[in-house]
Amino acid sequence: MSGINVTATAVFIFFFVLVTVMGFIAARWKAGDLNELHEWGLGGRRFGSWITWFLLGGDLYTAYTVIAVPAVVYAIGAYGFFAVPYTILIYPFIFLTMPRLWNATHKRGYLTGADFVYGAYGNKWLEGMVALTGIIATMPYIALQLVGMEKVIQALGFPHEGMAGHLPLTIAFLILAVYTYRSGLRAPAMIAFVKDIMIYIFVIAAVIIIPAKLGGYGAIFDSAQKDFAAQLAANPSAPARGILLAPAQIWPFITLAIGSAMALFMYPHSLTGVLSASGPKAIRHNAISLPAYSLVLALIAMLGYMAHAAGIKVQNPQDAVPQLFLAMFPSWFVGFTFAAIAIGALVPAAVMSIGAANTFTRNLWRPFVNQNMSPSEESTLAKLMSLVVKIGALIVILFLPTQFALDLQLLGGVWMIQIFPAIILGLYTRWFKGGALLAGLIVGLAMGTYLSYGPTSWVPVSKAFLGIPLYNGLTAVALNVLVALVLSFILPANKSDELTEADFRDAKA
Amino acid sequence: MRYILLLIPCIAAVLTPYYNITDPMLFGIPFFYWFLMVLIPASSLFIWLAAKTGGDDL
Repeated sequence: MSGINVTATAVFIFFFVLVTVMGFIAARWKAGDLNELHEWGLGGRRFGSWITWFLLGGDLYTAYTVIAVPAVVYAIGAYGFFAVPYTILIYPFIFLTMPRLWNATHKRGYLTGADFVYGAYGNKWLEGMVALTGIIATMPYIALQLVGMEKVIQALGFPHEGMAGHLPLTIAFLILAVYTYRSGLRAPAMIAFVKDIMIYIFVIAAVIIIPAKLGGYGAIFDSAQKDFAAQLAANPSAPARGILLAPAQIWPFITLAIGSAMALFMYPHSLTGVLSASGPKAIRHNAISLPAYSLVLALIAMLGYMAHAAGIKVQNPQDAVPQLFLAMFPSWFVGFTFAAIAIGALVPAAVMSIGAANTFTRNLWRPFVNQNMSPSEESTLAKLMSLVVKIGALIVILFLPTQFALDLQLLGGVWMIQIFPAIILGLYTRWFKGGALLAGLIVGLAMGTYLSYGPTSWVPVSKAFLGIPLYNGLTAVALNVLVALVLSFILPANKSDELTEADFRDAKA
Repeated sequence: MRYILLLIPCIAAVLTPYYNITDPMLFGIPFFYWFLMVLIPASSLFIWLAAKTGGDDL
């Protein structure tokens, strides 16, 4: 290591301090009683269209995405672009379903997806299983935000190994933990403004400046294709790669896009972002306007090819984007982009820990440990859980190999889709029986895990159905729905269903 | 009508074998990439149209 890049580090620290101050001030923004869970954990449901746009954008398009998507594009090409059809599929779905969910949760005072599931089916075991799946899938996601942050801190010139190398990351994360504890969802909502504007600035700069330096997009695609061809010539048994999909990649590409789109809004942090909106109107506005971030994501994905054209050679593809910026930009702007990525980790990490904490408090602790919690007890427990979840993620990154978090994240996506039937079907019909959905969920979790197990590594795709390579999450959820369907004919009626169609409709203004 | 409008961008997004081609290029970018990038704002437009025709409160 040639040492620390002082200019870049100074700019980086400036922005980091700025958002830290904002994180603490946020407690007083749109003032509410933070001793109530809906205030701490959902910002009092007072976020209008604009705030929701920044918050959800910051929450869904994470730092890890900014590093990982171009990393896959750098490594194998077009396949990494599955993120684009994935994000196209999300918004028509949000437009249709999430206003219904918001209306029901608002009317009945629900704070989480699992709250809704209990209200719809009156089955606390289903509620608990939905909650547990969400929390377990969220943990590695938080850990991977730390990986995104660690990559840019290392690229600033800090050492890779040892406690000294982990110190900046640890400090940054502990600061985040403290202001999330204090300010709740208001903190990431406020920081998201800074993060998103910074990301837009660096992406616009990157897609104009870098191609201009490298001879245009035609030259960028040509050199990427040349590199892929050379890699395959050197090692014919390597996984398929190229600037178009190989025939064998088409089904995995499609099913991964569909499955990921189904999973995304089942994660507690996505639902937290949606439920904190001020109403169904704000959600519809966002279904129309959030695709702007998808465009940014597509441009970020292109950075993987630009790294080829710039001659960046890295062992770990995840270093490609930071190295590209170091090669292409002046130091002060490198500091700016790295700060954007690091702050981009703080927003989702905060919302994820809040979503997991809300879910733990409402859907595991309350039904199974203490049914009679006061709002302030709920809030205290959730604040504490948000700390536990974040410290857990930090420990995973500091003491376990990164591959552990990556594997768990892969499985997390497969697991998350399994709660899709319970939540989404419940928005339209309560014909399905709670017990049947629980059985389907458990079968889906088992099947998804079984399909993903490989002798050398966990795999996202397998040929379980007619020899076609399909995303495991999708295969498993098909079985999940089948089980729920069949058992719903047999099992007795649900204990309770407190919801009526009117609950799902917009309140008359 | 509302559902058809919402379905159009979704179907276009998963017609992968049809857009997995290089030509026609745009500014040196293969079809695969610029098609998907054009589809993003197009999907916004379809959702907006769905809201308008479906009488959703916007």
